[in-house]
Amino acid sequence: MSYKRPSFRHPGAAINEIGFHQKDYEGALSTLCAGCGHDSISAAIIQACFELAIPPHRIAKISGIGCSSKTPTYFLANSHGFNSVHGRMPSVATGAVMANRDLTYIGVSGDGDSASIGMGQFAHVVRRNLNMVYIVMNNGCYGLTKGQDSATADVGSVGKAGVPTMFSSIDLAGLALELGADFVARSFSGDKDQLIPLIKAGISHNGFALIDVLSPCVTFNNTKTSTKSYSYVRDHMGSTSIADFVPEKSEITATVAPGESKMIEMHDGSIIELTSLAEGWDPGNRLSAINAIHNANLKGEVLTGLLYIDAKQPSVHQLLNTTLKPLNSLNQDELMPGVELLERINAEFR
Amino acid sequence: MDFSLFFPPDYSCHDSTFVKLKPTDLKDPEYFHKVVDCQYACPAHTPVPEYIRMIALERYDDAYMINWESNVFPGVLGRTCDRPCEPACRRGRIEEKPVAICRLKRVAADLKGDITSRIPRGPFPSNGKKIALIGGGPASLTVARDLAPLGYEIHLFDEQKSGGGFMRSQIPAFRLPEEVLNEEVNYILDMGVHKHFNTYVSSLKEILKQDYDAVFIGTGAPRGKDLPKLDGRWDAKDHVHIGIDWLASVAFEHREKIGKKVIVVGGGNTAMDCCRTARRLGGTDVKVVVRSPFEDMKASAWEIEDAQREDIPILSCHNPKAFVTENGVLKGMMFSRVEAVYDDQGKRKLVPLDEPDVFIEADDVLMAIGQDNAFPWIEKDLGIAFGEWDMPVVNKTTFQSTLPKVFFGGDAAFGPENVITAVAHGHQAAVSIELFCQQMDVHDRPNPLTNLFSQKMGIHEWSYDNAIVDDHRYNVPHANKELSLQNRKLEVELGFDMPTGFKEAQRCLNCDVQTVFQESRCIECDACVDICPTSCITFTTNGDEEDLRHRLTMPALNTTQDLYVSDVLPTMRVMVKDEDVCLHCGLCAERCPTSAWDMQKFLYNVSKASHVCPSAVV
Ligand SMILES: Cc1cc2nc3c(=O)[nH]c(=O)nc-3n(C[C@H](O)[C@H](O)[C@H](O)COP(=O)(O)OP(=O)(O)OC[C@H]3O[C@@H](n4cnc5c(N)ncnc54)[C@H](O)[C@@H]3O)c2cc1C
Ligand SMILES: Cc1ncc(C[n+]2csc(CCOP(=O)(O)OP(=O)(O)O)c2C)c(N)n1
Ligand code: SF4
Ligand code: SF4
Ligand code: SF4
Ligand SMILES: [Mg+2]
Repeated sequence: MSYKRPSFRHPGAAINEIGFHQKDYEGALSTLCAGCGHDSISAAIIQACFELAIPPHRIAKISGIGCSSKTPTYFLANSHGFNSVHGRMPSVATGAVMANRDLTYIGVSGDGDSASIGMGQFAHVVRRNLNMVYIVMNNGCYGLTKGQDSATADVGSVGKAGVPTMFSSIDLAGLALELGADFVARSFSGDKDQLIPLIKAGISHNGFALIDVLSPCVTFNNTKTSTKSYSYVRDHMGSTSIADFVPEKSEITATVAPGESKMIEMHDGSIIELTSLAEGWDPGNRLSAINAIHNANLKGEVLTGLLYIDAKQPSVHQLLNTTLKPLNSLNQDELMPGVELLERINAEFR
Repeated sequence: MDFSLFFPPDYSCHDSTFVKLKPTDLKDPEYFHKVVDCQYACPAHTPVPEYIRMIALERYDDAYMINWESNVFPGVLGRTCDRPCEPACRRGRIEEKPVAICRLKRVAADLKGDITSRIPRGPFPSNGKKIALIGGGPASLTVARDLAPLGYEIHLFDEQKSGGGFMRSQIPAFRLPEEVLNEEVNYILDMGVHKHFNTYVSSLKEILKQDYDAVFIGTGAPRGKDLPKLDGRWDAKDHVHIGIDWLASVAFEHREKIGKKVIVVGGGNTAMDCCRTARRLGGTDVKVVVRSPFEDMKASAWEIEDAQREDIPILSCHNPKAFVTENGVLKGMMFSRVEAVYDDQGKRKLVPLDEPDVFIEADDVLMAIGQDNAFPWIEKDLGIAFGEWDMPVVNKTTFQSTLPKVFFGGDAAFGPENVITAVAHGHQAAVSIELFCQQMDVHDRPNPLTNLFSQKMGIHEWSYDNAIVDDHRYNVPHANKELSLQNRKLEVELGFDMPTGFKEAQRCLNCDVQTVFQESRCIECDACVDICPTSCITFTTNGDEEDLRHRLTMPALNTTQDLYVSDVLPTMRVMVKDEDVCLHCGLCAERCPTSAWDMQKFLYNVSKASHVCPSAVV
């Protein structure tokens, strides 16, 4: 078995605005099963970060436990990383985000990691609007521990073990909407044209961005009877719209007739351009998104695309008025403002 | 809300009005043949990666025999081949330099053991046929090698005292030691060839009167060009030499000295051999003077480098104007300065410059300005048609002339080329002679022998070494310059030693191990697309070739390399692979969950005379 990817790349490979090749965003050769959807998501993250021209050392990737949570080894080798404890990625991410608001945070989790053991943690990063992209590599099972049903497995879905799932499933996108998330999207590992713009938009979003990515487990949950298999997702996939991410500074050359398209300006000046909007769905209307998800789920369909966005809400930093500088760069003067200031503050309470 | 609108029939961007590429036909052996760039470019289609793997396995005898089967003179070619394979080598498209294919061939020849038991040895049962080969160069010797084991009685004629043709008379010993040439020529002569050396054939009519079933003409292009009308050409003629004649006289030890100051006129490989030989025969001030600009010189880059390393200056854009003599003694040559001007089509014209002429001193001048064919010994009434430039009319596939029993090959057929081309011609002419003598149609060529078989050994295990090394091309060491300039027989290049040979062999990308795609197995998971280091694979809707080439992950701009296109997949897309920079690393197949990709070794052997009637082989 190969343990190393050859170091040669296509001689015509581009460099991005800051002089890096896509290769500079890659990681080690994956040890996941051949054909695992998670590897495609890793490839999408690599491409998104390359195209956004984020300096690799300004990114932190944080994960929990699971095949999905192993993937940060397979991308962004030149970035910061913390492979934490099962279900505890949100806590570690919270600490990191509080300590340094200048980095780009990519949280990677699985459906087991987020919807079972980490459910409580998940809920709280959502409601706090922590600045991060939270990517769930959702395969409907515990891949790493040999494929037990997870909490996102649909009732009646039958994986390799051969026993239909008995309990009703948790829809993480729906739940995030209920909990007040301002950026909620769903995608499929096998559709990079859709996934990459969504990751870019999620990274640009000020606050918490959830992307629930269906990511078939080829080994334990890619049976004909599973609702998380490649063929099921492909056959039942629909989308709210086609999202295109237009980075800040670039000229917008949309040719779509008004009404068919919508431009959403992000906090950093970049734009999400949505075209072919599904009728009755409004990306800025939380209720229409919740409705759309429920209706799709009822029909056994998989609704993908950007589900809801509100780019104007304050993130955790604005809510808490956190310091602009990374904690490790604060000097003594800033940390100990002196007796005079203390006196003044105390005086306010007298 | 009408939610059915959320679910448009996806992937239906497939437009049926498009002209679509047909799925690649893998039954056509030429498809994969073309992927093996080096083998495809080699005139004799030597299975290059196969022998390079043998070298890496230290199986030098096998590496040698693979070469011997295809190109007959591995030891000679490993030192002197024009190596058209190297500019074609894929490695040169992904990093700076190609694999040192040619020098690896020498490794096989140098490090092999005694392989005589693997060379066919007579006496062979006779097939009752008798043929004459005129000229003893690589073309004729190849015909002899292919036909002797089939039972032909072979008569080889050459005016020289031994076989090898220009390999012996022209290629200097410091590039090709005599022992190496003798060994490989003798493998053939020892098959029972009747040798008629020191025999100049002065009449083809006489040959045709004898009872030969077929005649092969491999007499090369033996006439060196002259400048007969140049001022002073004949005033000191003992010191003005035709390059190839002079080289032959050195090779056959009729000449051991040259003056101190030497001008070599010409810019091809012959000029390089002349100047370097002159350096070894007493020339201390040897100059190459060429009409064209330096960049346009015909000599191979490595031959020019070797000459320069021996302190031989090359003066370009100097047009010969006159030989300067005093009282019948050569003093030097006068040159006028020219400049190259290129028109819109890139066609070159040499325009005289308004500058004073340049005088260069010389005791001797060697003229290396090209060779011509010459067939004064072929009577014009034999039924052999001659066309443009007095060249015989020869069929490019069968090598048959307009007189059915007479065949041409090597430099005699279409003008001066090189050894490997002469060998390739020899193989095909032998096929024709066998067909002709068996009363079969010479145009009905036997198919190449091909084979395609999986390299899979375990779930992620291949029977070839699929890891890709980063090493840059290794340089061959050279002998001490002072010593080699004193001895014209001392070989300059020393060849790779065993460890370096191994490391250079590892640079080969195994382009004959093909990526074979089976669409019925593919679940379109994208794993192969994601893993491919050089972005070769794309799943997309079909289109016409021009359109598809631009829609791939990396645009496929090298149109000399084919696209591999699958049949339609369940999502209505097709798999398109650009073969251009595939590393044959096997990762696509390792990461494919369903083995839709497999790595399969493709062997391609050019048809030989022995394939015409397989039962005739002993
Ligand atoms: C100086 C020089 C250096 C070269 N170096 C290289 C090199 O490094 N690598 C390379 O690949 N190629 C090289 N070549 C080219 C190469 O030698 C020829 O292309 C090749 O040898 C052609 O082979 P052939 O079988 O057609 O004929 P030749 O090798 O030319 O052999 C023809 C033989 O026929 C004999 N002959 C001709 N007429 C008659 C007759 N009427 N009767 C009897 N005998 C006759 C000649 O004496 C000669 O021995 C070089 C050529 C020259 C001139
Ligand atoms: C505290 C704790 N409990 C249980 C486990 C065992 N365990 C490891 S991975 C895993 C489930 C992973 O599932 P998921 O997050 O969906 O990842 P996947 O492997 O499917 O990508 C479990 C239960 C653990 N490592 N730690
Ligand atoms: S890498 Fe090896 S097989 Fe590929 S073209 Fe070069 S020599 Fe031939
Ligand atoms: S063998 Fe497969 S993975 Fe490797 S370069 Fe070729 S197509 Fe890409
Ligand atoms: S890895 Fe195999 S199954 Fe997956 S897309 Fe490639 S060929 Fe198809
Ligand atoms: Mg899982």
